[in-house]
Amino acid sequence: MNTIAPTSEERAEKLQGLGCKRKRVEDIRFVQGKGNYVDDLRLQGTLYGDLVRSPHAHARIKSIDVSKAMEVPGVLAVLTAKELKPLALHYMPTLAGDVQAVLAEEKVLFQNQEVAFVVAETREAAADAVDLVEVVYEALPVVIDPFKAMAADAPVLREDIKDKTAGAHGKRKHYNHIFTWEMGDKGATDAAFERAEVTIKELISYQRVHPSPLETCQCVASFDKVRGELTVWGTFQAPHVIRTVASLISKIPEHKIHVISPDIGGGFGNKVGAYPGYICAIVASIVTGRPVKWVEDRIENLSSTSFARDYHMTAEIAARRDGKVTALRVHVLADHGAFDACADPSKWPAGFFNIVTGSYDFPVAHCEVDGVYTNKAPGGVAYRCSFRVTEAAYCIERAMDILAQKLGMDPAELRMKNLVRREQFPYQSALGWEYDSGDYHAALQKAMDSVGYAKLRAEQKVKQEAFKRAETRDLMGIGVAFFTEIVGAGPSKNCDILGIAMFDSAEIRIHPTGSVIARLGTKSQGQGHETTYAQIIASELGLPADDITVEEGNTDTAPYGLGTYGSRSTPVSGAATAMAARKIKAKAQMIAAHLLEVHDDDLEWDVDRFRVKGAPERFKTMKELAWAAYNSVPKGMEMGLEAVNYYDPPNMTYPFGAYICVADVDVDTGVVKIRSFYALDDCGTRINPMIIEGQVHGGLTEAFGIAMGQEIRYDEDGNVLTASFMDYFMPTAVETPKWTTDWTTTPSPHQPIGAKGGGESPNVGGVPAFANAVNDAFAFLGSTHIPMPHDLWRIWTAADRLGLHAS
Amino acid sequence: MPSPIPKKTHVSMTVNGKAVDGLVEPRTLLIHFLREGLGLTGPHIGCETTHCGACTIDLDGKSVKSCTVFAVQADGASIVTIEGIAAPDGTLHALQEGFREMHGLQCGFCTPGMITRAWRLLQENPNPSEDDIRTGISGNLCRCTGYQNIVKAIQYAAARMSGAEFKEAAE
Repeated sequence: MNTIAPTSEERAEKLQGLGCKRKRVEDIRFVQGKGNYVDDLRLQGTLYGDLVRSPHAHARIKSIDVSKAMEVPGVLAVLTAKELKPLALHYMPTLAGDVQAVLAEEKVLFQNQEVAFVVAETREAAADAVDLVEVVYEALPVVIDPFKAMAADAPVLREDIKDKTAGAHGKRKHYNHIFTWEMGDKGATDAAFERAEVTIKELISYQRVHPSPLETCQCVASFDKVRGELTVWGTFQAPHVIRTVASLISKIPEHKIHVISPDIGGGFGNKVGAYPGYICAIVASIVTGRPVKWVEDRIENLSSTSFARDYHMTAEIAARRDGKVTALRVHVLADHGAFDACADPSKWPAGFFNIVTGSYDFPVAHCEVDGVYTNKAPGGVAYRCSFRVTEAAYCIERAMDILAQKLGMDPAELRMKNLVRREQFPYQSALGWEYDSGDYHAALQKAMDSVGYAKLRAEQKVKQEAFKRAETRDLMGIGVAFFTEIVGAGPSKNCDILGIAMFDSAEIRIHPTGSVIARLGTKSQGQGHETTYAQIIASELGLPADDITVEEGNTDTAPYGLGTYGSRSTPVSGAATAMAARKIKAKAQMIAAHLLEVHDDDLEWDVDRFRVKGAPERFKTMKELAWAAYNSVPKGMEMGLEAVNYYDPPNMTYPFGAYICVADVDVDTGVVKIRSFYALDDCGTRINPMIIEGQVHGGLTEAFGIAMGQEIRYDEDGNVLTASFMDYFMPTAVETPKWTTDWTTTPSPHQPIGAKGGGESPNVGGVPAFANAVNDAFAFLGSTHIPMPHDLWRIWTAADRLGLHAS
Repeated sequence: MPSPIPKKTHVSMTVNGKAVDGLVEPRTLLIHFLREGLGLTGPHIGCETTHCGACTIDLDGKSVKSCTVFAVQADGASIVTIEGIAAPDGTLHALQEGFREMHGLQCGFCTPGMITRAWRLLQENPNPSEDDIRTGISGNLCRCTGYQNIVKAIQYAAARMSGAEFKEAAE
């Protein structure tokens, strides 16, 4: 033997652990059309469910006649509230402490609300029967504008709770009011405003949008009458929570319910909650004893399951003349639609909106959120963000630009002056959070240097002069956004869902030959968990990532977890993975000491092995120790090599970033051309830079869609006007700008591998960067705030209002 | 009045090189015939309105969205889906390889349609510019990737297919 033993570095590289741009395991099946999505599931005897939906936004149901529908060949049943009520299933609990109608009983409260569920042998027969269900409605006056919801003469929307003076989150001020949620020191904040040298105030609305994953919400429910067991395959971002909810409302014992999330075609928050279609499919399967498939179509998806945002934020900043901010005051009017089906941790009716002080050192702040009902679809999901963080980031980032404009300061300079300084971490925010780590100034400086910020501003100045001289009709805007997220929910002291603390879990089992299966409580919807969790284990245990199988989404095999949303997989389940691996490593060390006949403390870890300190030629590799775990353990030790960890994070993690967008606006056409977009993200330790970069590209594209064109719109009668991809803007490869990504690395001090989670940052930071670029283009003409979305009609209108089209 | 069970029509076609047939209603969509009649899982349904392209297949040498074609219209046609793109021995096509190498997919739902479209695009234009690619795939939506790495994946495949080595263009 004259081979040279590989060095530690060479051995480490072979593992494909942390920091490796490892190619994705998932791709092999997806590029061949061999993914296994819900609609790919074909069980013998499957029936199809389809929903009858309300054409009205607000109406009383006078009668429902299903007789003609029942005559359609192949139709087995039509469920209405009448059938569900005796089972107490005509309403279901929402995550926000409200109830939501599964099938409307006396009233419908939004257009396309679920009224009846047809069950048939084929999807065609179901669709035919849906058309033949005869519902007589008496139309009622509607509330579409949230600002009119609490008017004295507003129509009563929720008759089921109209007399309740308190809801799940305290006192209700009006029959269409849901909650008031307040954080911060009101007295000190008001006093700071009274003393302020400069103040700004602006109504900043974040329009209603929709996550629109390419795969809609769907499920197959199969009840086995003989065993009394229910299996539900579905597009669930949180399969264990769905199992618990299903057990609580169906009364089927939880061990007799099997929830399986197979491959999911994108989620972005759309697939966290439970929807009426799921409940109906389950009931229909119990009634018929056959599998029932329910697949939402795109119109149903856009108009009924899970809108996001619809936050109307009045922001005020108090500051000194030199630009130092002294107080922040925000009031939000939150439109939750017909039912409060907001997907937040249970005690947080406005999510973590109190991150609204952003990245800035506000000495005092106060925020208050009022939630109201309207005749629109229910929801308020966290669309690629941690619970209202993106609304908060948009609010503060727009407000800071407006303050800069008032002070005549450069927006980047104003931010530099107010960013939390590195030495202030861990930083206590005025609204109650403890930011774990950051180096904000370095990040913003790197961003400014990378884009040549000073030069861009000089160019803008020249263009503005040319515009004033009527030599050009183009305006140039530079959008700066600096955001701090709060992700990784969450510490059990802060966060629970329906009473279950928001921990997460990992179970790792090492086979005798040194290959591994790891099971987690989270569920990838495209994030690449099968690839990245294996990288964490590879680095922790010195076993190649290629020898590690990662399995999620089966509630029978995976340890209980709260699921994937709010960027919590890496900070929470990633931590659980590392901690479970460390338990295994500790046992392996004892086995190694036994085999090498030394004390545990005489061993040291070297990439993939324990070696004797001072005698590196004496070692046992993890692969050898895996084998030994099944035959030669120390006396008294259990055989086997496996561990489980339920990780309750001590704090959230706080990823941050600096984004700079350059846009050119044609004032005559309203066309905004994104010239460049630079995104610097700091998500702590980077597990797989390729995947992070890909997620930044995707999140920025979603942000581009939101900022530049998307809105779920209703007319004054409550008809939804944007229920297909014809009307709801979806960026294609042609419109989508090119992205430049960059990073800094500030590890989280409390997360075991220092990772913070980064997949949602681009949506959070992207939207204000685009919006600030567009607004910055017009700022020198005296415009403070142009509402989103910045499509060409609205931009043209804004230019027109500024008198730019006067001949 | 509810209609009786609709009459069915016999259709036959070639799918991924294999002769297949089946009975369909006049209104049966091609995507439903492919997925439910033939058991394919590659082409997906994302919007039912011809906007998203998840159902893209190749029909007689053209990229077609199979959610807006009736199965009866495809009678006698020759169809290729994502399942027919790899070599018969299972070797991945340069596009399939490129999508993995360049991280051109995340959730994977748009991927079969996207690759099938790109497969036709590269036959129509073996050496496309970035603009050609972006225009060429503009009928296929992706919600995850932001398209940038899809463009690279197609460039990678174009280079591989012409025997050249793929070099990423400078940013």
